[in-house]
Amino acid sequence: MTIAPILLCAPLLVFLIVFFFAPLAVMLSYSVRNSEVPIVLPNLSKAIATWDGLGLPPASVFSALALDLKSNSDSMALGEAARRLDFEVPGYRALVFKTARRLQADQASTSGRDELTRIDARWANPRYWSALNRATASLTPAFFLAAFDLKMDDLGHITRVEEDRRVYLDTFLRTFQIGGTVTLLCLLLGYPIAFAITVLPRRFAAALTFSVILPFWTSLLVRTSAWIVVLSKDGVVNSFLTRLGVINEPLQLIFNRTGLYIVMVHILLPFMVLPIRSVMQGISPNYMKASASLGAHPFLGFFKVYLPLTLPGVGAGCLMTFIIAIGYYITPALVGGAGDNMISFFIAFHTNSVINWGMAAALGVVLLSAVLLIFGTFGRLLGLSRIVALK
Amino acid sequence: MRTNPISTLLSAAAILVAAQVAHASDITLVGAGGVLQDAERAVFFEPFAKQAGISFSEDSYAGEQAKIRAMVLSKNVTWDVIQLDHAEMIVGCDEGLYQKLDWPKIGNPEDFLPQAVQPCGVGAFAWSFVFAYDQDRIVDGPKNWVDFWDLKKWPGKRGMRASARLTLEAALLADGVKNEDLYKVLATDEGVTRAFKKLDEIKSQIVWWTTGAEPIERLAAGDVAVTTAFNGRVTTANQNGRHFALVWDGQMYGQDYWGIVSGSPHKDLAEKFIAFASQPEIQSKLPEKIAYGIMNKKAIAMVPPKAAEAMPTAPQNLKNAIPFDAAFWAENDADLTAKFEAWRAR
Repeated sequence: MTIAPILLCAPLLVFLIVFFFAPLAVMLSYSVRNSEVPIVLPNLSKAIATWDGLGLPPASVFSALALDLKSNSDSMALGEAARRLDFEVPGYRALVFKTARRLQADQASTSGRDELTRIDARWANPRYWSALNRATASLTPAFFLAAFDLKMDDLGHITRVEEDRRVYLDTFLRTFQIGGTVTLLCLLLGYPIAFAITVLPRRFAAALTFSVILPFWTSLLVRTSAWIVVLSKDGVVNSFLTRLGVINEPLQLIFNRTGLYIVMVHILLPFMVLPIRSVMQGISPNYMKASASLGAHPFLGFFKVYLPLTLPGVGAGCLMTFIIAIGYYITPALVGGAGDNMISFFIAFHTNSVINWGMAAALGVVLLSAVLLIFGTFGRLLGLSRIVALK
Repeated sequence: MRTNPISTLLSAAAILVAAQVAHASDITLVGAGGVLQDAERAVFFEPFAKQAGISFSEDSYAGEQAKIRAMVLSKNVTWDVIQLDHAEMIVGCDEGLYQKLDWPKIGNPEDFLPQAVQPCGVGAFAWSFVFAYDQDRIVDGPKNWVDFWDLKKWPGKRGMRASARLTLEAALLADGVKNEDLYKVLATDEGVTRAFKKLDEIKSQIVWWTTGAEPIERLAAGDVAVTTAFNGRVTTANQNGRHFALVWDGQMYGQDYWGIVSGSPHKDLAEKFIAFASQPEIQSKLPEKIAYGIMNKKAIAMVPPKAAEAMPTAPQNLKNAIPFDAAFWAENDADLTAKFEAWRAR
């Protein structure tokens, strides 16, 4: 009896494990992984482990680095190590490649402290060596610290990063604030629509449902681009309002927070309307009739009877809208203003452009934890089973 | 030996996919998209395919280096020739993302402008970073970077590139830094702070663009009053009926390159393409299609005078011009980009 359903689900389970959970776990492990440097600089990693971390390391560490750089033949792996070091100290990437190039061009076999410092005086600066030390540890907290605008300084203390590099805390706050506002707007607009769909005659209800779901069938990018046309200075909305004489100057409706809210609310509205509607459809009209027969004014009946009954739908709608909203990045980048980027933008940015997967993974873990936390809390409050409609 | 059925299935699927990709075309050429790629197709891609009797497919690249890295690492390279930004070419060459070129197969280095000859890149064309406004909306427009920052005299949104490169330079020029000191100032912490301070003045009015086509669309729609842009796109828009003014004063010029992705399965053909695209007769046709400069010295004389006027390298356009310092950016990009993104998010 129990084997059959499991077998039926097996293909999906395998699919999920192979293409979702396993890659996800691998990706998340990047947030603490620290393997780039040890792979390329094996001798150095061994030698530096004996260093006490104060001042400059002993001469053997210098020679180990010189040996590793001189014998390196995998320039892509060296690139990854160099980029990892650049994350610790800006400019390190170029220093690594410059040193490797010089060492490889040089035929002389003696290479140690003098030769390295002759190639670049920065090798006499302890800063670069403590960065190497941090980057050769087996696990690193650096990316998680950075996700909270913190870093480990050369003495091993955790401090805030320089003011001109602080970015993620503010961005997380902004992400939640935008997500919250969009959810609230969706609720204010969506609740009456869901109600209308429930009470209108079938024909109108179908038309209304259709127009709410319609945006689902268009790609996100197309919808967003269409909004740029509609909301721009010469766009449909502005020319309509100008012709009506409502406004003299075209309104700035896009490339600012207003535009971002308009577009995100439009895209996310179905996620609010559909769960609320499905709950409302299950509410028998007899309840309202009963409250009226007991003498309650329709308003009182609504607030005392109807609204509480729809709360599971409201909760599910809000949760879904909020969680999807905080993951947005293309829309804020396309229609938002100068400072409207959300955290997903940085995840994509670190993944695709600067290739710092550790940073991307750490930000992803923080965002994922926030989502799980919100889901768990709401789940407690509203009953998780009702939200995922298992009841 | 028993084989695992799942791995057999997966490898069969992989072979099927790979076979389809391989059979789709003989070579994949990757440009920067938009009107630039239209021009490249007309001048380079199609004539080359015709001459060599091959088919080609196209893709476009907007700096998502992760994609190339993944291709090279997984040894599943589907791009052959790619148009590259100068600084990115330097970094990628260091790291082995792009192949070291066999120059004798490409051409005689003497025929090219010196900056066009690089270990992993052959200069494809010279661009210029300028600013533009719509003359249908602004009659007497801003004339230099100082004016670009003047929100009182020319109110309205400013389109700017969402990239530290060129944007920080523009800010320093607007703040009165002399052309010859530009990169010296930008190399200091004070200089970087100064650039961000200058950008703060107009931050509330900035609309960011990422692809070269966006500033043109927004200028046309009136969503920005003034915007930075690459010169070729502005000229093309004007050829299509717009009246955009292009301000050459303080232009910053640099070049893009043709490169070959490491492990390209069609390396020989890729080299042949670059050699073809570097011939003077072929290069000289580019400026008519899009107003970028060309890198083969012999080709420059062959450009029709009318097209030559709109090139960044025309003498009257070079009067107050600054060369883009790619080596500076190859070294400082990670640091300045981190600061730029932090500033942008504030």
